[in-house]
Amino acid sequence: MTASPERQVFITGFGGQGIVMAGDILGKAATLYDRRHATMMQTYGPEARGGSCSSQVIISDREILFPCIGEPEVLICMSQEGYTKYVKTLRRRGTLIWDTDLVKSRKSAAGLTTFNIPATRFAEELGSTMMANIVMLGFLAAVQNVVSAGALRDAVADSVPPATKENNIRAFDRGREYGEAILKGRAKQGLAGESA
Amino acid sequence: MKIRKPSKEPPVHPKDSLLRVERIPHIWCPGCGIGTVFGAVMGAIQKSGCDLDRLAMVSGIGCTGRMAGYIRLDSFHTTHGRAIPFATGLKLARPETKVLVVSGDGDLLAIGGNHFIHAARRNIDLTVICVNNLNYGMTGGQQAPSTPFGARTPTSVAGSPEEPFNFCHLAAACGAVYVARWTALHIRLLTNAITEAMQKRGFSFLEVLTPCPSSFGRRNKMGSALDTLKFYHDRSVIRNGIDPRDALLDYDNQIVVGRFVDIERPTFTDNYEAVNLRHAMPSPEPERPQGRRKP
Amino acid sequence: MSDKSVLTGTWFMNGDHACCEGALAAGCRFFAGYPITPATEVAERMSRRLPELGGIYIQMEDELASMAAILGASWGGVKAMTSTSGPGFSLMMENIGLGICTETPCVVCNVQRAGPSTGLPTLVAQGDMMQARWGSHGHYEIIALSPSSPQEMFDFTIRAFNLSEQYRLPVIILADEVVGHMNERVVIPPAGEIEVVKRRKPTAPPGEYRPYQPDADGVAPMAGCGEGYRIHVTGLTHDERGYPGMNAATQEQMMERLIRKIRANRDSIIRTENVFLDDAEVVVVAYGISARSARHAVQEARAKGIRAGLIKLETVWPFPEELIRSVASRVRALVMPEINAGQMVLEMERCAGGACPVRMVAHHGGALIPPAKVLDAVRKALKGRP
Repeated sequence: MTASPERQVFITGFGGQGIVMAGDILGKAATLYDRRHATMMQTYGPEARGGSCSSQVIISDREILFPCIGEPEVLICMSQEGYTKYVKTLRRRGTLIWDTDLVKSRKSAAGLTTFNIPATRFAEELGSTMMANIVMLGFLAAVQNVVSAGALRDAVADSVPPATKENNIRAFDRGREYGEAILKGRAKQGLAGESA
Repeated sequence: MKIRKPSKEPPVHPKDSLLRVERIPHIWCPGCGIGTVFGAVMGAIQKSGCDLDRLAMVSGIGCTGRMAGYIRLDSFHTTHGRAIPFATGLKLARPETKVLVVSGDGDLLAIGGNHFIHAARRNIDLTVICVNNLNYGMTGGQQAPSTPFGARTPTSVAGSPEEPFNFCHLAAACGAVYVARWTALHIRLLTNAITEAMQKRGFSFLEVLTPCPSSFGRRNKMGSALDTLKFYHDRSVIRNGIDPRDALLDYDNQIVVGRFVDIERPTFTDNYEAVNLRHAMPSPEPERPQGRRKP
Repeated sequence: MSDKSVLTGTWFMNGDHACCEGALAAGCRFFAGYPITPATEVAERMSRRLPELGGIYIQMEDELASMAAILGASWGGVKAMTSTSGPGFSLMMENIGLGICTETPCVVCNVQRAGPSTGLPTLVAQGDMMQARWGSHGHYEIIALSPSSPQEMFDFTIRAFNLSEQYRLPVIILADEVVGHMNERVVIPPAGEIEVVKRRKPTAPPGEYRPYQPDADGVAPMAGCGEGYRIHVTGLTHDERGYPGMNAATQEQMMERLIRKIRANRDSIIRTENVFLDDAEVVVVAYGISARSARHAVQEARAKGIRAGLIKLETVWPFPEELIRSVASRVRALVMPEINAGQMVLEMERCAGGACPVRMVAHHGGALIPPAKVLDAVRKALKGRP
């Protein structure tokens, strides 16, 4: 897979999950490690914790002028509310990714490539639900070639507090391995993506 | 008897070196107490022997605010109510300079009240002198946060319906390290108190009651300025060291004056340095640029 | 300058943080502020960074105090700034006037959000353009810069400090929520490559020095507190000695100086980026975040064979009157997108003076102007449609 000129990733969840951090790491990977262009915008409500929150990342080989995503190409949902609010904005043939345990109620996703991962559960197993965002980034690195997986892994290592670096890298790898396993499984069945 | 020949040189007042003489005459009314306080401030500065290049005065707006325009020091006449935050910036940027804030009761404690309480809480190293003439003199004597209950002013013709602040109690409650109250009658004690306050590290506060014969005195039948001073003489009671909450200004009975607070407490700068020294560890933001270096 | 003050390298950084780093690179060592969305990140980063550099961060009780404190610090000889958003900017107005009147160098960064009043604290607008120009009472000249990216937040903050020192006045950065909160590549050059203007000090000895006597460029050298000059600084109308003069003659002398030092130096203050102006039939004039929508639209127009041009205002105040006047006389229309219901477009209409139609793309705030809307306006302007 070669990267298309412009990739648009929309990550949504609630405050405290590290949604903005995930967007930041993604943009960092593209800008500082892949040496491409990236913008990351955040939206959030008045709540310090728990309110809905999202980050939108555009990655391109050219300068990005308009930093807003109208119809995301990749939508990552880490909350039911985020899913419900944004799933309709996803463009046709877009990719929908969700946290298996956090998005329970879904509509038909015909025409979409879909993936899900129990990112929060994995993070908890690894010691802290705080790392769910990093598990999710690892998963993204496996299932979508938005930035190079190596760049994303390096950006994770560079962005987390030094004391938690090892754990976060483990979280990233866990997500990535899970994603690779899913892809392998689908390749066996001759499917590009699950259509729910 | 030998008569000394009059000197050809113009007479020199002992305080002229501290005065922008080219700006005299001043704007204050005959009988106003601000000049007395100004004299005490200059006396205290001379007595303290401090380096005049390491001394600055900041004032706000109002009759007292004009003091900054007459003193031959680095002097700053700022906006209404904002002398203390301006002085805070000046002092923190130039810690070797002693900063005096001189302003009126309305400026410091009505429009500037929020800054007053927070500067005292932070213990910014300032000496704040509040000339309290019980009203807004410059605009014609309107009711102020110091105006006694029932006193008549152009905005309280039937008598003020509000209770005034006890500024000394307020300053002490907010953490001032030195709090005193004197009147324009107590020149020597006032001068000593200013010298003491200037020697303190931290937020020191002095309230000085002064006559305002043109406005407050006239409307409240206080008589001439001299009568007001006599009134201070008859009613004031020196009670050093009492709890400032008991230092009442009861104009019908007694005016409590004296030095009420004299304590030590770390200043903002002491704490800022201590806290940041303790914290002097790698910044949470990585300090090295990230990403791959160009080959 | 210590190494820590300039974070040389390439970063993926948001605009608020870039503003802070620009300030530190320009030599800012005093910050007084009050938390407010979406400018809080400037203060937060300052509170971490300044102690490392021996500087002072103080969180004041409100924005009135913040503005007063940076003026005091500036007279104390330290480069100082504050940052805020709409409600706080309103509170700063009186002391911005004191800064103008007393000719005090400092920088105020306003990360604009939608108003009026509390409005939309977390969402973008460009509604304070005229407030920056005229918000404090009385007549005065001002300098305001409008960045459209985190990189420009860094670059323009340095320039804001330089302009404030050179022309002795508060310089305003008119950013907005998106520029402040958006992360993008920020390249911080080595310290040696950053031009930093130092405060011009008096050469005359105390006694001869007149604090407000201008040099040939219209600006007076500035003695600070504690330098032996025994200066007097007042917000009252004052003469060249700094002494109050309560009459029309002193007012005229002071006002002439305050106005002339900016107007006479317009050419070195005003910066615009002009794209495709040579053969443009329609020119889009834009600033801040909306300049990105404008550039996008102009590029698309060109791709479709429409001869559109772009003037990106880096300096919004003073307004580039001559440029707009001359462009207006040779194009078919001017278009301005801005996230308000018509502010800078009024200046453009004034300068165009009827020489060509002026069309605005207005937005009431809370979102960016889509490039398609700007392109649509360009098309309509070409067809002469309302």
